[in-house]
Amino acid sequence: MSTPPIDRQPIESYEVTGKRTKELTRRQIKKARITGIVMFVLAAIVMFFLAPAAAGTSTFGLSFADETIQLPPLSVPSQGSLWVLAMVLGFLGATQFFRGFQSRTTVILGIAFAVFVFSIMVWATAGQEFSLISMLVSTIARATPIALGALSGILCERSGVVNIGIEGMLLGGAFTGVVMGSLLGGWVGLLAATLTGGVLALLLAVLAVNFRVDQIIIGVVINILVLGLTSFLTAQVLVKNPDLNNAPIFQALKIPVLGDIPIIGPMFFDQTIIVYGMFILIASVTFMLFRTRWGLRTRSVGENPKAADSLGIKVAKVRYLAVVYGGMVGGFAGAWFTLGTVGRFDEGMTGGRGFIGLAAMIVGGWNPIGAFFAALIFGFSDSMQQKFAVIETPIPGEFLAMAPYLVTIIIVAGLVGRARPPAADGQPYEKE
Amino acid sequence: MTTTQMPSTDNPEPKNSRSFMQQLTTGTDWKSAALIPALAVLTALIIGVVIIMLTGSSFGDAMSAYWALLQGSVGSLKAISETLTAATPLILAGLSVAIAFRAGLFNIGTEGQLLMGGMFAVWAGFTFIGLPFYVHIPLALVAGVVGGAIWGFIPGFLKAKTGAHEVITTIMLNYIALRLVDFLLKTEIFQREGRNDPVSKTVEASAQLPLLLGWINPGLRVHLGLIVALAAAAFIHWLLFRTTTGFEFRAVGANPKAAKYAGMSITKTYVLVMVIGGALAGLAGAGQVLGVLDRATPGFSSGIGFDAIAVALLGRSNPWGVVAAAVLFGGLSAGGQQMQVSANVGIDLISVIQALIIIFVAAPALISAIYRLKAPAASTQISKGWGS
Repeated sequence: MSTPPIDRQPIESYEVTGKRTKELTRRQIKKARITGIVMFVLAAIVMFFLAPAAAGTSTFGLSFADETIQLPPLSVPSQGSLWVLAMVLGFLGATQFFRGFQSRTTVILGIAFAVFVFSIMVWATAGQEFSLISMLVSTIARATPIALGALSGILCERSGVVNIGIEGMLLGGAFTGVVMGSLLGGWVGLLAATLTGGVLALLLAVLAVNFRVDQIIIGVVINILVLGLTSFLTAQVLVKNPDLNNAPIFQALKIPVLGDIPIIGPMFFDQTIIVYGMFILIASVTFMLFRTRWGLRTRSVGENPKAADSLGIKVAKVRYLAVVYGGMVGGFAGAWFTLGTVGRFDEGMTGGRGFIGLAAMIVGGWNPIGAFFAALIFGFSDSMQQKFAVIETPIPGEFLAMAPYLVTIIIVAGLVGRARPPAADGQPYEKE
Repeated sequence: MTTTQMPSTDNPEPKNSRSFMQQLTTGTDWKSAALIPALAVLTALIIGVVIIMLTGSSFGDAMSAYWALLQGSVGSLKAISETLTAATPLILAGLSVAIAFRAGLFNIGTEGQLLMGGMFAVWAGFTFIGLPFYVHIPLALVAGVVGGAIWGFIPGFLKAKTGAHEVITTIMLNYIALRLVDFLLKTEIFQREGRNDPVSKTVEASAQLPLLLGWINPGLRVHLGLIVALAAAAFIHWLLFRTTTGFEFRAVGANPKAAKYAGMSITKTYVLVMVIGGALAGLAGAGQVLGVLDRATPGFSSGIGFDAIAVALLGRSNPWGVVAAAVLFGGLSAGGQQMQVSANVGIDLISVIQALIIIFVAAPALISAIYRLKAPAASTQISKGWGS
């Protein structure tokens, strides 16, 4: 994740003297023009479609009723602010088109999309009141299983084992979490969910490392197997014994002082233990992967197992460990669906969150922090879809729900900043 | 989760010169073509018994469940008709996955392609009124083919032009298709008049696929789609093994670099294979809406696209192998209904058994170890990581 080696950097940028020139390739210019046009189109949509239809004021609630420090709701005149937002987009687009932001293009494009999304929110809430804070809080909550799922994938893939089975690990964790949670309490449930993910990951590791089965097939199998097994057991066992499907829910734990800060408090410091677990895991895995000996070994096995092997690293062992850790994170994430929210299991309740986690991993460039921000975007679109279903808006929720998948396709197609997977990802290693 | 533990083995995998990929591309000997799949099915069924017994049923209960499974799949003319009805979309969708395997691509997007094909077909089915059936049926089927082909073209094109891995793009396109169907079914064009729930208009009688055995008993649901599916299998077999295009598919699948060196266009092959695969899946969707459902509802694909992966693996990506595997899975699915009704064992057990079958087929070393076979145990490697 450091700067690329000197020979990978664009040759055009450097003269012999080392002085950087502004010369751009024709391809870069074309790309800058296209992104500029995209921003113009967004500006045009806001100007000609959203602004004329917005009347009155849009009111965004910034505090819950029970908070100690109350912020007044943010009220903006809908149409006026849409004009301003359209102008901002138009300015960004024009600058990009004629001058180009060059290395900052991706960031600027991200800002442009954020401005556009905010425009949609202003337009949708015109003449209404909308609790922005509850949407932000649910963004964090909904991003949690996605970020953890992505983290599960990162741990596996950094060691060179593709994990398509995240969805199955989430579902398995959700199931055993609720059963053990009902029997022995939430903490045991959380532990059981984590172990379930580990067991499923062990299956992945055995088949991928020892039997060198195609890893994508194993992932698909894990998903089908867990979906079938949990649905079967739900119908055969849980329906007859409702006591087994009624686990205690982890309540939100407010951290003193920090939890009282407006906006940030409810978002980050008044959440359940699983959400805090997510923050801790993201931070610790980042540290482990990039700052410890274990992390260096894991990454080297994922990049070049042959070289790692010749230096005496046991490739199979490293991969086993990373995959099982990854699976455990996936199982822990599964507990969010049952112990973190409703306390009961329903068939297929993860609803593709594991695949969104996979997408977050890719969008985040196989980096825990990047994956967390990608998960936030996906969580935001998830939560926006929910809230927009309540206040009636003309945008169909289905299109908002499609957004994460579209973004992923755009990213893997390399249209916006290309992410590079570990070099040996998905390739079995055979010791010679 | 205690039930999913794999029979572990310390047997080191025998070295083998023929990889699974080579078997997929060049054909197989009888042992890996028939014996391993048969043992895989048997082993999966045995583990199924264990799972049933773990839920508190006796061995006798498990046996009566399997008896119901057998009865429901081949026990009567009605059962056989149900088996073939369930096998029909599996044949087409299985071919869709298989042809992609042959070219070294992993088409997980069959589910989405099937949905889009079904939506196109159902639209053609209810929009054109007053056409004779010999015009309307082909028209609706072609619409399905086009819908699926479009949804297959996108990942093929992205793979060829940008290198975007088809596994990711197809998974994402599956979800997009699912949401798109939800949306479309609520639009004026599709939604049935006077309904608030997402249900499409009914397909005109002139576009409904005729029942093959309707003259014996109108309750026998097996329809013209079966013939279409078998014809498609014959066509794909011809395409793969008797034409230059098919040879190019297999060459690119076996070794893209060598194929490129020999002057073949990898780009063209990837796009073409995904378009054909999408078209086959679209045909499967069309067959479902025109032959069985007569309308579209949210998620009418009901996981056929995922079962198709298992079918293609079990059939070793051979078109006739796919047909055999699809009939087996059709039987499991039809018999599973019977098992649920008369033996009170949930139909979801069938997906567990199917998943186990894939594991054993994909890891023949497991089967060889359990049954102490000397059969060559090749590892399965179809995909080549995200980057390639």
